[in-house]
Amino acid sequence: MTGNGWLQLAVYMVVLLLLVKPLGQYMSRVFDGSAAITRWCRPLERALYRLCRIDGEQSMDWKQYALALVVFNTLGTFALYALQRLQAFLPLNPQQMSAVSPDSSFNTAVSFASNTNWQGYAGESTMSYLSQMLGLAVQNFVSAATGIAVVIALIRGFRVRQAHALGNFWVDLTRSTVYVLLPLSFILALILAGQGVVQSFRPYQTATLVNPIGVTEPATNATGNPVKDAHGNPVNRSVLINTQTIPLGPAASQIAIKQLGTNGGGFFNVNSAHPFENPTPLSDFFEALALLLVPAALCYTFGHMIGDRRQGWAILAAMLVLFIPLLVIEYWAEARPNPAYPAVVAQAPAVTPGAQQPGGNMEGKEVRFGVTDSVRWSVATTAASNGSVNAMHDSYTPIGGLIPLWLIQLGEVVFGGVGSGLYGILVFAIIAVFIAGLMVGRTPEYLGKKLEAFEMKMASLFMLIPPFCALVGTAIATSVAAGRAGTANPGAHGFTEILYALSSGAGNNGSAFNGISANTPFYNTLIGIDMWLARFWPIIAVLAIAGSLATKKTVPASAGTLPTHTPLFVVLLASVVVIVGALAFFPALALGPIVEELQFIHLH
Amino acid sequence: MKKIVLQALLLLLALTGLTGIVYPLIVTAVVQLCCRAQAEGSLIERDGRLVGSALLGQPFDRPQYFWPRPSATTPQPYNGAASSGSNLGPTNPAQFDVVRTRVAALHQADPDNRLPIPVDLVTASASGLDPDISPAAARYQLLRVARARGLDPTRVQALITAHTRGRQWGLFGEPRVNVLELNLALDRLR
Repeated sequence: MTGNGWLQLAVYMVVLLLLVKPLGQYMSRVFDGSAAITRWCRPLERALYRLCRIDGEQSMDWKQYALALVVFNTLGTFALYALQRLQAFLPLNPQQMSAVSPDSSFNTAVSFASNTNWQGYAGESTMSYLSQMLGLAVQNFVSAATGIAVVIALIRGFRVRQAHALGNFWVDLTRSTVYVLLPLSFILALILAGQGVVQSFRPYQTATLVNPIGVTEPATNATGNPVKDAHGNPVNRSVLINTQTIPLGPAASQIAIKQLGTNGGGFFNVNSAHPFENPTPLSDFFEALALLLVPAALCYTFGHMIGDRRQGWAILAAMLVLFIPLLVIEYWAEARPNPAYPAVVAQAPAVTPGAQQPGGNMEGKEVRFGVTDSVRWSVATTAASNGSVNAMHDSYTPIGGLIPLWLIQLGEVVFGGVGSGLYGILVFAIIAVFIAGLMVGRTPEYLGKKLEAFEMKMASLFMLIPPFCALVGTAIATSVAAGRAGTANPGAHGFTEILYALSSGAGNNGSAFNGISANTPFYNTLIGIDMWLARFWPIIAVLAIAGSLATKKTVPASAGTLPTHTPLFVVLLASVVVIVGALAFFPALALGPIVEELQFIHLH
Repeated sequence: MKKIVLQALLLLLALTGLTGIVYPLIVTAVVQLCCRAQAEGSLIERDGRLVGSALLGQPFDRPQYFWPRPSATTPQPYNGAASSGSNLGPTNPAQFDVVRTRVAALHQADPDNRLPIPVDLVTASASGLDPDISPAAARYQLLRVARARGLDPTRVQALITAHTRGRQWGLFGEPRVNVLELNLALDRLR
């Protein structure tokens, strides 16, 4: 831990918070239709709706809204599936990638449509430029826009009185995409390309190595089978490697939305650890900033739209109360030396000019990022439902791996996904108000709406589905051979790999303990189902809450109303999130990272 | 229902055109105008031949070159077609073995060097393509490289200093040395 490290983390938080108000205000005006850009573009927008046979003025009730959303996302999933299966016959495939396997295509299609962006495949060796650009990138936009649409519908549910109308899904989806995500992505893509992120349609290049190297690899015969000697042992041969492949592609445009839309599906296998996806500390700063930008700003949008900004700041404060301590612990955890390395290895950070080194746990981390930028990213990407990485979580110290995992398990409500984070924490706010109501024996109300049995049932469903998917999935995977076969590390760490994979799917996060071999029919199917259920069931529950709230009258605040903008409520809300997350997952965590931490500190 | 499916399909097509074709093409057009070299992979040529990218690390194992960080890509290290980390866990005995092997290889290449070994030089990077080492890791290899080339160590040190990049904007990231660029500069010294 260094002074510079703390300063970098502080600057990051300050810049993020400074952007909350301007962007939050802008988004609020976009959805009210009063932003300048929406007025200028109104004729174009109308033409688009006419073209799509959409009546933009028609307002939907919650069931129509949910139906449109599910139909749209289902079609998107099918389109992405088809694109991957057919990529060999389609243009923009200079590397002649063959069709993606059926199970991997299914998994990836669900993954991107559900805003999870779990990657079972390796981008640079699987996907054609067309599949990336026309399939994956498009789902990055529309799945993020879907999340924003849901939260806007929920906000309208609080705002309207005795009505059924939650707005029009098509309009909310289009406006989120065109006025929010596209302009931000455009700016970010240009910044990233300036730093060195590739944006090219040329085929992969081949460079001649300055220092050709010899490697030994298993020998194969003419039919491609391994050669065995008289004792049945595999025969090795040495080959001289004198070239390096330089992968290219339209990456900058896709990486921009990958970060902004809390998607996280990388262009290359190692995601934002790849030098072509995240080449400099500055590109890292902007990508990490983009990761939390929209979710943080939506808190302000919320306050602005319901006409009480303090409510929005209170939600943001509850997120920060959880985020900042976890970031500090993560920094401490990863700056630690590994006790089992030889004594001659220097593991402490050094700042002497000419002999600086980042130090700390550098396995699976890049030198340009060091420990500081790596932990900033891993906490932000799991707090948000992004799931992109700039370092390999599988190689983090046990506590260093526990915190990202637990942030996912908290329900991705600390910032969370674009839209999904805010609607998630608003459901937790409903639960917090309910618990407070039980304590004092009054009917709970939030933002002037009485909370009754129906809302609580839906909120409970919302809260229970992701842990159910994660834990039942983990139980299935650990009880069958196909599941256990995927682990790369022995012992408790191997169990954590499985728990992380299923939690990541159920949290719609998408990051991984990457050693797990998940590109198998078993994991592709299991995690695919996990992602689909844990995305769309909770969305339907949220829309049901929105629909029910919309029909109620607004009750004026009385002496018995719990104020929901005070520090007391902030602490209550954060506690509810922590208690629910801890209760659901502590037993599983005890078997994984907690056991491993005890082993780690006793290493020598 | 039929109406909703039609609306969804048409809107999906329209948004696909906008975000999947128009947007990436405009980005491509702009960056090809303003920063073409970066957009095409920051390629480096020597004597008219492509020798790599300034952003991608390369393997070096000869004593007269600075060595990069260990790379976990397969089948060969620094495989640009298949980026990967090792994903070895912090308590995995296989990780301790491989670190010990790397320490031994560094000691074998330079038996008199008993300086502490910077941790980035014995741990695999996240991408397997890390182009950088820490300044400490370059200094650790200084005498070996100077000896193998018959160069005065101060000249090599000057070259390291010239190729050390500080924190970006004085604040972001970590100080670092680009191994490929440093080695190409060494070859130019002669």
